[in-house]
Amino acid sequence: MGGMAAPQVAPVDAPDTEEVPVADRAWVTIVWDDPVNLMTYVTWVFQKLFGYSHEKAEKLMLDVHHKGKAVVSSGARERMEHDASQLHAYGLWATVDQA
Amino acid sequence: MSTFRRQGEHCVATFAADEVRVLRKVASEVVGLLTDGFDHSDPVVGRLFPDTYPDSPGDSADLRRYTEGDLKTGKIDQAGAVLAALPPVTGGEVRLDAEAAEAWLRALNDARLAMGVRLEISADTDLGDELDDAVLHDPTSTRVFQLSIYAYLGYLQESLLRALVEGRLAH
Repeated sequence: MGGMAAPQVAPVDAPDTEEVPVADRAWVTIVWDDPVNLMTYVTWVFQKLFGYSHEKAEKLMLDVHHKGKAVVSSGARERMEHDASQLHAYGLWATVDQA
Repeated sequence: MSTFRRQGEHCVATFAADEVRVLRKVASEVVGLLTDGFDHSDPVVGRLFPDTYPDSPGDSADLRRYTEGDLKTGKIDQAGAVLAALPPVTGGEVRLDAEAAEAWLRALNDARLAMGVRLEISADTDLGDELDDAVLHDPTSTRVFQLSIYAYLGYLQESLLRALVEGRLAH
């Protein structure tokens, strides 16, 4: 990744799960490693879609890169399906699973 | 090779004639893939529209019925945004506002994903080595040409992303 300065984007509307009943939290969206997507692009997509800080987005991207996958959001099933679909729109390889 | 740079609210690049031709070709190919040529058994389509539930084809297919139309329209629109902003084939300037820049980023990514599948790019692929090998084998081959375009698109996507993010930092 280039030496891009970290954009300090405020964590707007972070998809926290405070209001979500425990039973509805049992699903996760997973992003899988991919040989094509640029690391800077993946970080940018996480910030853009989830409102994550640059630090959090970059950590998730590195988890995807080094561990092969990472959980990028969790919550109700329909919401995870929405997240996965959004990620597909950006070309990321996302799946939904039970936590 | 052209690079995007920031000019106020816009990301701007000046393209040579052959760059315009290449971008027009790859964006048109993506549109073709998503319209007349749409085929679920094509691995490129499989990569652009991954199964949401890899262990459950039934659940994936059910969900696909609701999401695929919008997803496909979005991808056609973003490839269309590239075609719409390109200068004439003689070359010229491309000037993108934030919305168009984001559409370009997604479209360039789709084009790279499609080429990556066709070129069998893997986690172990070193693009420089791959290109050297292909040139040694036959410098006039389609593979050399395709690998060069793939590398160019990555370079262009990275430069556009940098120009877009720099602008956000400045505000």
